[in-house]
Amino acid sequence: MNAAGAEPTSIPRWTRKHLLALEDLSADEIRFVLDTANSFKEVSTRSVKKVPALRGRVVVNAFFEDSTRTRTSFSLAASRLSADVIDFSEKGSSVSKGETLIDTARNIEAMGVDIIVVRHRAAGAAEVLSRTVQCSIVNAGDGAHEHPTQGLLDLYTIRERFGRIEGLRVAIVGDIVNSRVARSNLWGLTKLGAEVILVGPPTLVPRAFEKLGAKVVHDFDAVIGQVDVVNMLRIQFERIKSSQFPTVREFTRFFGLTSDRFLKCKKDVFVMHPGPMNRGLEISSHIADGPQSGILTQVTNGLAVRMAVLYLVSQAQQELK
Amino acid sequence: MVDHLVDRIAAAFGPDRPFNIVGIRTRGEVLAKRLTELLKSRGYGQIGRGVLDITLYRDDLSEIGPRPLVRPTHLDISIDDEPLLLVDDVLFTGRSVRSALDLLADFGRPSVIRLAVLVDRGGRELPIQPDFVGLTLSDIPPDHRVNVRLQETDGKDEISVEPRA
Repeated sequence: MNAAGAEPTSIPRWTRKHLLALEDLSADEIRFVLDTANSFKEVSTRSVKKVPALRGRVVVNAFFEDSTRTRTSFSLAASRLSADVIDFSEKGSSVSKGETLIDTARNIEAMGVDIIVVRHRAAGAAEVLSRTVQCSIVNAGDGAHEHPTQGLLDLYTIRERFGRIEGLRVAIVGDIVNSRVARSNLWGLTKLGAEVILVGPPTLVPRAFEKLGAKVVHDFDAVIGQVDVVNMLRIQFERIKSSQFPTVREFTRFFGLTSDRFLKCKKDVFVMHPGPMNRGLEISSHIADGPQSGILTQVTNGLAVRMAVLYLVSQAQQELK
Repeated sequence: MVDHLVDRIAAAFGPDRPFNIVGIRTRGEVLAKRLTELLKSRGYGQIGRGVLDITLYRDDLSEIGPRPLVRPTHLDISIDDEPLLLVDDVLFTGRSVRSALDLLADFGRPSVIRLAVLVDRGGRELPIQPDFVGLTLSDIPPDHRVNVRLQETDGKDEISVEPRA
């Protein structure tokens, strides 16, 4: 059994039929999801990689923004729980005819759906839907607000690597202000007792984040030798306003995880990236593919975490009926 | 009582043929471990062991109260083509055993599956019967629970019948 298989410290009751944001969850609830995910990880090692927990339930992936990892991961997670899965994307749907998000969701629900996994460019989209429909809503990313399952899988991966989260020092580097991954990580990590350092230029890492319990640093080299985990975020060219960003070369020089900079890290530093990577920009290829990279482990763990989330919200929903 | 159970199992399984003992979490796991040790002390050399968590296979979750934490299943052994002894503490409706059989089917195909329980309290809702029983109880009201406590998990060995909380 791996380190993440440590006995749970507490067993609260899971009562949420939606997963909208890590900001909403208590530390015990987060641990409960991680412990549950640990059991689901075993399912993927079986010859029959499937359990009947969600048999007869329907999960719809409603993605109003592009995605490779998250959507595939949610689809596979739902299949492994024996749910029926339907993929819906904005392109080629009636959304392009002007149907609103709420109308689209209500129509999907009217077909007898149990869980809608939603990704949308607007912050708060998942929360609005959760107040509009009866079925469960799982947030797969809403604007720059939160991406809770990414936060959970990052926590799971860190806990698996170190056997704990409390007391670790984690640097999240890059475009923080536009990043939902950064926000979900920040909430989750601080709730579980890690120290979070946000690193980037002042335009992308404003001081306001200090109010959320993070340390804000504009000089990567000043902290790089002190951190246990480096989580490199993707430069989101589609969200960044030109005034926020210097040039690509300048960014890489000051905030990229380059070979030179990597030498200054702790020996057992753990490198993470939520994907998709801009190789050679925020992270150098040989580090991303190297032995201290957890990037593909993150993807593997994401499946177990999403199975746990779908299972838990579905169970809560049935109990509330 | 456990010794009695071991006598019956020993009579049915030869000491020289390999077989597997698999317990259902939580107390079936502990019992399986005890049975394995007792059989090994009687010269049974080739016993594989595993643990099943049947939570994801249950059809009666809403009836068993607060949702338990899903724990991992550990079946590192190959269960194909060998006899398998399934172990649980109390046999009641038969639904746990049904779930365990479904779970086992996802892992392989044992040559035979036998069922050993410490207590058979009657009240079956499915056509499932044990092969080895430590104690048979009858006329237990359905609103009562038969609780098995074991040294390893509860600090003492005890069987009690209590009203359902």
